[in-house]
Amino acid sequence: MGFFDKIKKSLSRTKEQFVERFDEIVRGAEGPAERSRPVDLETLDALEEALISADVGVAAADRIVSAVRQRRTRGESLRDLVKGEILSILRAAEQPASNGKTPHVVLIVGVNGTGKTTTVGKLARFIKEAGKTPLICAADTFRAAAVEQLQVWATRAGVDFIRAKSGADPAAVVFDAIAAGKARGRDVVIVDTAGRLHTRVNLMAELEKIRRIASREIEGAPHEVLLVLDATVGQNGLNQAREFMGVAGVNGIVLTKLDGTAKGGIAVAIAHDLKLPIRYVGVGEGIDDLVPFSPEEYVNALFEEKW
Amino acid sequence: MFESLSTRLQDVFRNIRGEARLTEETVELALREIRMALLEADVNFKVVRAFIDRVRDRAVDQDVLKSLTPDQQVVRIVRDEMLALFGDAQGGLPTSAQRPRVIMLLGLQGSGKTTTSAKLGRWLAKQGRHPLLVSTDVRRPAAIEQLSMVGKQAGVKVYDPAGQLDPVARASGALVEAKNSGFDVVIVDTAGRLHIDDQLMGELQAIKGAVQPADQLFVADAMTGQDAIKSAGEFNRRIGVTGVVLTKMDGDARGGAALSVVSVVGVPIAFVGSGERLQDLEPFHADRVVSRVLGMGDVLSLIERAEEAVSQADAEKLEKKIRLDDFTLEDFRDQLRTIRKMGPLEQIIGMLPGMGAIKELKQQREQVDDKQLLRVEAIINSMTPKERRNHQLINGQRRKRIAKGSGTTVEEVNRLLKQFIQMKKMLKAMGGMAGLGKGKRPNLSALKGLMR
Ligand SMILES: Nc1nc2c(ncn2[C@@H]2O[C@H](COP(=O)(O)OP(=O)(O)OP(=O)(O)O)[C@@H](O)[C@H]2O)c(=O)[nH]1
Ligand SMILES: Nc1nc2c(ncn2[C@@H]2O[C@H](COP(=O)(O)OP(=O)(O)OP(=O)(O)O)[C@@H](O)[C@H]2O)c(=O)[nH]1
Ligand SMILES: [Mg+2]
Ligand SMILES: [Mg+2]
Repeated sequence: MGFFDKIKKSLSRTKEQFVERFDEIVRGAEGPAERSRPVDLETLDALEEALISADVGVAAADRIVSAVRQRRTRGESLRDLVKGEILSILRAAEQPASNGKTPHVVLIVGVNGTGKTTTVGKLARFIKEAGKTPLICAADTFRAAAVEQLQVWATRAGVDFIRAKSGADPAAVVFDAIAAGKARGRDVVIVDTAGRLHTRVNLMAELEKIRRIASREIEGAPHEVLLVLDATVGQNGLNQAREFMGVAGVNGIVLTKLDGTAKGGIAVAIAHDLKLPIRYVGVGEGIDDLVPFSPEEYVNALFEEKW
Repeated sequence: MFESLSTRLQDVFRNIRGEARLTEETVELALREIRMALLEADVNFKVVRAFIDRVRDRAVDQDVLKSLTPDQQVVRIVRDEMLALFGDAQGGLPTSAQRPRVIMLLGLQGSGKTTTSAKLGRWLAKQGRHPLLVSTDVRRPAAIEQLSMVGKQAGVKVYDPAGQLDPVARASGALVEAKNSGFDVVIVDTAGRLHIDDQLMGELQAIKGAVQPADQLFVADAMTGQDAIKSAGEFNRRIGVTGVVLTKMDGDARGGAALSVVSVVGVPIAFVGSGERLQDLEPFHADRVVSRVLGMGDVLSLIERAEEAVSQADAEKLEKKIRLDDFTLEDFRDQLRTIRKMGPLEQIIGMLPGMGAIKELKQQREQVDDKQLLRVEAIINSMTPKERRNHQLINGQRRKRIAKGSGTTVEEVNRLLKQFIQMKKMLKAMGGMAGLGKGKRPNLSALKGLMR
């Protein structure tokens, strides 16, 4: 099941429709007569606003709109052009996840409250269902009850769990988890880290240390560093991505809470500016609510009327 | 990329200095910059549109005031209009006769409700109230435990009936407990939920019905984008929101969502969360958020911190020294220590005008991280008292000795001395500006002048 279907199924929703403005716009601009004319200014403005309202951002929205303006020739659908433009941005950022020696180490990072711990639980289940043996490492030794929270997820997912005392050095826990992963022959070590704002230099340096330790223990580790972005995030998401990429070596994004009304459009701007691919999307609070990202489905969801 | 609005407007008006009126064309140019700045600050696009219209009405055809440059004048109009949007609502909680007063926190997942519950408990306890906390989050793993832990850290009592997994019963139980045991505030933490989740919105309704809160605080993440008005609007429509708590303002988010929520949902902002620690909660001040949305830094918060860190006597002494051009390396060292007392340097820098969100910040930060401050201190410590009082004594020979003594290099010593001399000049130029800590925020206008 793709994530769009999953979103539709996951909740009993309000009957209220959040009709997106884009649909109004395209309906007005898709008639046979309109299609044969160049796109008028008003339509382009409205188009820009539709993208902005999805949090794509002014700069990226302008780029998309001007690309569409240049490309539109007779008879083409405006909607398809915009979709195509965004698809090509997302596709250009795609890259295969790196492989290396096992255990494969996946580091989960991000600002506070985006859904890291929940994603770790879901990802463990996802990997396990793919026939591999994950191990979860609790490296958030700071936030109240973070370890207890993750413990519940590890139990739900039915996977090994390595924890340390609250207040312990996170890098030391990661070291222990990798050692345990090696000793037990696990395929993947998934590391949950404490939420931290990208502006906190000291806390960011802690991630650098975790990386250093991981790479010393296993060649090429951490193989994946996933930045968890909340779909409701606005333009600050770009700062987050830039900083976490620079310090923590982020090489992919998990876009959570897409089951809400926010579209996570900043991920498009991030894909464009930083060539960071979206790897997974979170579509609920259940353990199965994590789906691999598909650019096609995302673009459709971006422009679908909300049911 | 996030230049402050004033810098942008300076560029717009660069070529038209000396005009007596703000013409339609120049105002349009300025409005374009304002629109861009607001959208980049995550103000909702509909709000931006309405706001721009209001600014246009006020700006076009205004006489250019003698005392202000055109860009300053437009910035002032924007600021005034924005402040007007926030109204004269005071931060904090309104008075209420309800005893025990019930405060319910609600909002999307991960916005900061549980942390804010404990912060608020602590804040109320400091005001002499007796709060009781209760979690109604039976869904998120370890949510109840989390509240118990932060409540304990905050020194606030938490009501936690073991095994009770009905959210409504938990809330009403706390109310009974409060009445019986003499607590005068009950803070009800709720599970995070989506505004389009009928079932969970129904649950919130039920909790509300059972405990009849005086306050329904919507906890919103300052990093929220365009979706803010949808979520806040729905929570308000279905449950009712009496105030907003804007969390995670300690980062570099511009917080434009605050503006959207206030103008669309029409509720005041009560508090701002500025960190993960339980003391990081402040009553909302509109002027600070406005400065921030406009990219002008949070100078007032900075001043408050300075006021906390600098004793009045010290401040007066220092002011006098600066006036007499008697500022020495020793004073410089004291200042550095004070800065370190004010909190992590990265956080302080974030409050300075134009420093909060800019790309250059990274380099800036690297130049002045906390470790570097310690090195500077080490250099000054390796000087003789005489040298510290008269930097002109420090010749090449002495520099070598100082570098060796402090484990640094001669270049570093040179750089420090150069910076010190520059700073001395600047202080002299600013006159009495250093009069921080006198309790009455003197020389604010001087600081504001620097923001421009
Ligand atoms: N609706 C929805 N909620 C989610 C999703 N992912 C996570 N959440 C919820 O978001 C909240 C925060 O999730 P956590 O996993 O604790 O977030 P975190 O990033 O680990 O938080 P910190 O460790 O405190 O920084 C919880 O209430 C989760 O249930 C999602 O895809 N959809
Ligand atoms: N930097 C910063 N972090 C904050 C602030 N307020 C809360 N947090 C962090 O944000 C994360 C989420 O906070 P919670 O209090 O668990 O959020 P919640 O709304 O209760 O989450 P759910 O119950 O899952 O919906 C935690 O990591 C908190 O430490 C703040 O003002 N600044
Ligand atoms: Mg977590
Ligand atoms: Mg909570």
